[in-house]
Amino acid sequence: MKHTLQQIFRSGKFVTGFSIFTALLLIVIFYPLIVRDDPLANIGQGTFFPPGVYVNVYDSINAPPYILNLSDAAAKRVASKLGNQERKDLKEWLVAAGIPEDEIDITDTAKLLDLWEKNYDPTKNIPGMTLARQRYFQRLNASLQGILSVEGITIANPNPQTGALEAVKTVQQADYVNISQVPNVRVLALGTDNFGRDVLTELVKATGVSLQIGIVAGIIATLIGLILGLLGGYVGGTVDDIIMFITNLFIVIPSFVLLILISFSIGQEKRGAFTIAVVIGFTSWVWTARAVRSQVISLRVRDHVNLSKLSGHSIPHIIINDILPYIASYVVMALILQISSGILAEAGLSILGLGPRTTEVPTLGLMMNWAMIYQAQILGKWWAYLPVLVTIALITFSMNLMNTGLDQVFNPALRE
Amino acid sequence: MSKGYFRYFLNKLVWLFITAVFAFVLNFILPRLMPGDPVAAITARIAQGMSNSTGMKEVYEQYATLFGTNRPLLEQFFLYVRNVLQGNFGSSFSQYPRPVADILKSSILWTIGLQFPAIIVGWLIGNTLGALAAYLKKGFDKVLMPISIFISNFPAFGMAIILMVIFAVDLKWFPTSGGYGFDMIPNFSWDFIVSVIHHYQLPFWSIVLIAIGGQAIGMRSMSIYELNADYVKYSRFLGIKDSTIVRYVFRNAMLPQITGLALSIGTMVGGALVAEIVFSYPGLGYTLLNGVMGQDYPLISAVTLIITIMVLLANFLIEIAYGLIDPRIKAAQSE
Repeated sequence: MKHTLQQIFRSGKFVTGFSIFTALLLIVIFYPLIVRDDPLANIGQGTFFPPGVYVNVYDSINAPPYILNLSDAAAKRVASKLGNQERKDLKEWLVAAGIPEDEIDITDTAKLLDLWEKNYDPTKNIPGMTLARQRYFQRLNASLQGILSVEGITIANPNPQTGALEAVKTVQQADYVNISQVPNVRVLALGTDNFGRDVLTELVKATGVSLQIGIVAGIIATLIGLILGLLGGYVGGTVDDIIMFITNLFIVIPSFVLLILISFSIGQEKRGAFTIAVVIGFTSWVWTARAVRSQVISLRVRDHVNLSKLSGHSIPHIIINDILPYIASYVVMALILQISSGILAEAGLSILGLGPRTTEVPTLGLMMNWAMIYQAQILGKWWAYLPVLVTIALITFSMNLMNTGLDQVFNPALRE
Repeated sequence: MSKGYFRYFLNKLVWLFITAVFAFVLNFILPRLMPGDPVAAITARIAQGMSNSTGMKEVYEQYATLFGTNRPLLEQFFLYVRNVLQGNFGSSFSQYPRPVADILKSSILWTIGLQFPAIIVGWLIGNTLGALAAYLKKGFDKVLMPISIFISNFPAFGMAIILMVIFAVDLKWFPTSGGYGFDMIPNFSWDFIVSVIHHYQLPFWSIVLIAIGGQAIGMRSMSIYELNADYVKYSRFLGIKDSTIVRYVFRNAMLPQITGLALSIGTMVGGALVAEIVFSYPGLGYTLLNGVMGQDYPLISAVTLIITIMVLLANFLIEIAYGLIDPRIKAAQSE
């Protein structure tokens, strides 16, 4: 046993896969201990906030200001509102409005804005311009208001008696806050999803749930496959014929069709993550049964098994002591593959809208399903689907690497 | 056709029949095994917002007769089989009163046209690459294998989404969804065919890429196994040309790959259906999604049955072709 383990951990592929998988597992276990937020809490009001550090504006205004005189601050401020694209757009409008092209210099901010202010008229109808484009110019114009101002902004409160605004504070352009003095800062490393949930926290929880689904499905499938394979292979005769008949039937009938039919019939209300895992397990045992059976058949006639039979050992004794140890490595490999295909099956089902019901737990498939229903991929909200895809790929990739590594250890013909 | 092959053919044909009957039984029995009255559940969904109780009762009875749930189970089954064989799948709930058969007719060709060529092309490219990796080893193998393993583990919908984001959303080379331009009506004009080909590319290549990965890995290990076989060493010893040996080797390695294709075609079709959904391709996958979304039981049941029958037929055809090239079956024929 010790020797086998040593050999396994000498396989580069296995170690790589094992490391990736362990890293994922550690994150799933330890992240919730550090970040104790509810993974399904809708914190964002609105959909798909981009990843970043969110600093509370109210708290920043009330935090002690520090004056930093940075020479490029004004330029950066202008650039954030008036990038290259916006400058070109301004020029496009001005040209369309009849300003000679050589009078417009998009590199000179002051002149360009001056020209814009003088000529822009939101009501002016430019031939061939769509309404959406007109609205865009109206928004752009609004965002450019006061862009070159050097004054600060005055914060005012309404007087409770008269309702008139009274200045409370003035925020200067050179004022800075120290983030550590702002009490409310939230890091959304992967932004929020369509419901306004923190994607990272949700993803970690979903990975955990999906792994559990995979493991439950894998164990069920492997157990059924193992038992049927042992029965068919060792007992033989009519039992074997019946088992082989059923196995061959289920091999050609696509398992996802069964999955779809069963999941749909169970109904949305009764579909929990565990139920889905059990259903996946019950529809994916076929390969294991077939392979175990053929291995058992070749083992059954070996000398040590015959010797055991002659010594009068019972069938369970022979199976446990003389057969199982020889197929153990294969069963472990099959289990690994079953877990990974179980996770994929859940994802596929969820994309069809037949996954676990959505209210209790996130799974990787459900996150994918939500992202796709809200068209994250078309809107360019990569943080809603790409991390999920990468996680699925990492899980299945790491498991397959482990499997290939094991295969090379136990099947000398495949060694390089 | 020789006698041996005829027997093989007959054997496979009987097996096709048995599996088809079994598929019918499963499709029939699985939803009925579930607790509760399916017709009541369905009519409850249909009749949502309906205040007229006689109307609801009528809807219930209409569906009860349609599915024949008021008759004994065995009779129901024969009724079901008879209806299906006549191409009568009932009316769709979500697109009432359009018959399910009509919806299927418009989507089945899209799926066959997309998946059949994609799986074949993926299988061919995958096997060629796998064989090359086994034969050339070194650099090619070192690069190809990790990529193949990674790709083959990638879910089909993931590949579809990534291709879509890169080539449709960012580069705008191809459309993001549909089987043809949304402003067109299917006809045989030149514009329409161009539009179909244009919409075809991304779904096609996402299925091909997934198929390549898995096939390349299988072919590589098969070829390595064969390259180490005794007959190869013996042929080398006899001084037979390398190219001739390679031909023997890959022919032998190919045979299990054909069986592999027959056995994995179900899984492949499953993945491809989900890829169809990502691209809103007007095939069976998208129809299935619509069925699930609209809680359209007759549609789902018909789609799953059609998919199963398609997979069984594909399986049968592959095995028939396999019988033609496998030397062992050929040998049995000449006996």
